[in-house]
Amino acid sequence: MYRYDAIDQALVTQRVEQFRDQTRRYLKGELTEDEFRHLRLRNGLYQQRFAPMLRISVPYGLLESAQLRKMAHIVRKYDKGYGHFTTRQNIQLNWPKLEQVPDLLAELAEVQLHGIQACGNDTRNITSDYLAGVAVDEHIDPRPYCELLRQYVALHPEFYWLPRKFKFGFSGATVDRAATRTNDVAVHLVRHPDGAVGYRFFVGGGLGRQPMLAQEMNPFVPESDLLRYACAILRTFNRFGRRDNIHKARIKIVLREWGIERFRAAIEEEYAKIKASSEGEELLLLAEDIERIRWHFPAPAYKAVSEAAADLAGLAARDAGFAAWIRRNVRPHKVPGYRVVFVSLKAPDHVAGDCTAEQFETLADICDAHSFGELRSTYDQNLVLADVAERDLHELWRKLDAVKLATPNIGLVTDIVSCPGLDFCGLANAGSIGVAHDIYRRFDTLDAQYEIGPIRITISGCMNGCGHHSVGHIGILGVDKHGEEWYQVTLGGSPGNDAAIGERIGRALARDEIAGGVERLIQVYLELRVDEDESFIECYRRVGMAPFKARLYENEAEAAAA
Amino acid sequence: MTATLLRAGALVQDSWTVIEDGRMEIEPVGGKVIVTLARWRLERDELLAAHAAVGVLVPNTADIEAVYPQISDRPLIALQFPTFTDGRALSQAVVLRKRLGFDRELRAVGDVIQDLVFWLGRCGFDSIVPRQDQNLEACRAALVELSVAYQAAADEHTPVWVRRRTQVPVH
Repeated sequence: MYRYDAIDQALVTQRVEQFRDQTRRYLKGELTEDEFRHLRLRNGLYQQRFAPMLRISVPYGLLESAQLRKMAHIVRKYDKGYGHFTTRQNIQLNWPKLEQVPDLLAELAEVQLHGIQACGNDTRNITSDYLAGVAVDEHIDPRPYCELLRQYVALHPEFYWLPRKFKFGFSGATVDRAATRTNDVAVHLVRHPDGAVGYRFFVGGGLGRQPMLAQEMNPFVPESDLLRYACAILRTFNRFGRRDNIHKARIKIVLREWGIERFRAAIEEEYAKIKASSEGEELLLLAEDIERIRWHFPAPAYKAVSEAAADLAGLAARDAGFAAWIRRNVRPHKVPGYRVVFVSLKAPDHVAGDCTAEQFETLADICDAHSFGELRSTYDQNLVLADVAERDLHELWRKLDAVKLATPNIGLVTDIVSCPGLDFCGLANAGSIGVAHDIYRRFDTLDAQYEIGPIRITISGCMNGCGHHSVGHIGILGVDKHGEEWYQVTLGGSPGNDAAIGERIGRALARDEIAGGVERLIQVYLELRVDEDESFIECYRRVGMAPFKARLYENEAEAAAA
Repeated sequence: MTATLLRAGALVQDSWTVIEDGRMEIEPVGGKVIVTLARWRLERDELLAAHAAVGVLVPNTADIEAVYPQISDRPLIALQFPTFTDGRALSQAVVLRKRLGFDRELRAVGDVIQDLVFWLGRCGFDSIVPRQDQNLEACRAALVELSVAYQAAADEHTPVWVRRRTQVPVH
């Protein structure tokens, strides 16, 4: 993974001291609440319901064991003993004390972590494919490009005060595992028919209010022009993004108001001007620049197959728990003898995405022993050990199971994506965690989960949409009605290659109706599917909204008929 | 009363007077004045005749490239920050410096707090008028708040990917 040189380290260290001074001035009353708010957000510090929340950037979801050990220490020393993984592959702490945050950031800087631009109206942490470098379907490893862009946008003075937050997502594989088109900019690594590497750029996505998927801007930007094209998009947004209404300030609104032709013309015109200027020369990436960063992402020292071979079928036959885990949480790897292992952060009665100090420590040891010292965070609030030898799988499973990290539910009905909701968040209108638990309990048995098959349930406690409800197969949005928590349900959303924004099904359900409602929706699917190979989303697309809607509100129909 | 401002890294007394729109009299005759772009367009010849020097204040919504032919010979261009979080003038500044080659005084005015100064300096402002309540010495020091940068803006930094070309080669 990318490791800092003296330049990177100096930047992060100086940044901590800059924030220490800002915090000091705020506490002395020299900065107003509003002034300090904008400064702290750009260091990852958000004001939540009960305490500040610190968001720590995990660049494109890559972590190493030393960072995990430091996280264990930090959540014990500065928080309540746990952290929370988000859909943007970051880690959030819910209980730091403002006065201690500069010290906390200084400790993070020791392991090359920070909260720079984790919140605020700036370019946020870049997300990417959590299987980068190991996926069977990958054509180009996106990580070096993510890192080059990360450095370009970090503390970029021209783009430090944007109209609104700005997110990039990368993919270099056939399957989009990073929900790229839900970002302001999606970058797909592609290969031209002549063999040249380049980028397919999509612009104008974003969830929250008025969710939209990014639209194609340019089918092939040459490899050398990543920063040039990014600069053109960012400058266009900085100039034309609306600043009169926070709810209309994302770049997707510029796209919507202008239409795609005018929008594309503006970006392409700026791109052409950049290319023709001295600025364009500075931003031009040479092959050696990319190679220098690629050098940080070598393939690990895989062992030959004969050494790594294991009798997985035999072990699975003797141990049903192991068999279930292999079936759901272990996926193919591009190197023979190796597998990708998912670490589920969705144990029963566990808050989706939460990770305790003990789990951080165990994961650090596990990474070192079984996956070349590295761990990845996923878009679905789970973790990935990307390079596990098959012969290690059984031992690894036992270690994960001992700390409740081996729930065999990846991609199933209990693998629920959820924001922290009203229990923590100052923006939320309704709880998310309790709803997730209620749904979880209804499908607790593995047999039931396998019967239902792949499905994505996503829950957000407000329309800002951190739980990505708009792109859930079943999306649940918490709303406030006269001080009560209600839940709107959407169907048919998807974040991947078949990306779609879900459609609202009808009136909101009360807190005590929602889990039963989800169960009825799934029952409709089980009755209507062609066979077990037709997934929930495929079935929904075939039969449409009507049968789901009829069943969800069947009690009302009866009541009306009576 | 003249304001103190940051000019090329030092605290100095302002030698320019801002003349707001709507003022009928043109004063101080013979001095250095800053007028709005709208007024400059209407009264260019009169302003040049009456003053030793005329600078122009450009709104942050203006298309700086379209406007530039009208102001390219001005000794001072001032850009506006209605709030310190409104970064539109940062892009105007970078385009002025790097694309259009404007090399005279570039001034930031408006809601300029200490914590904006560093970013202004990097975007090519060599003339910064802090908000009245700001600590001027702290503003001056803020110009060099961070000594390293990944990217070049309108400043002396070399992009980090270019700097690394001169370091130990790959492999």
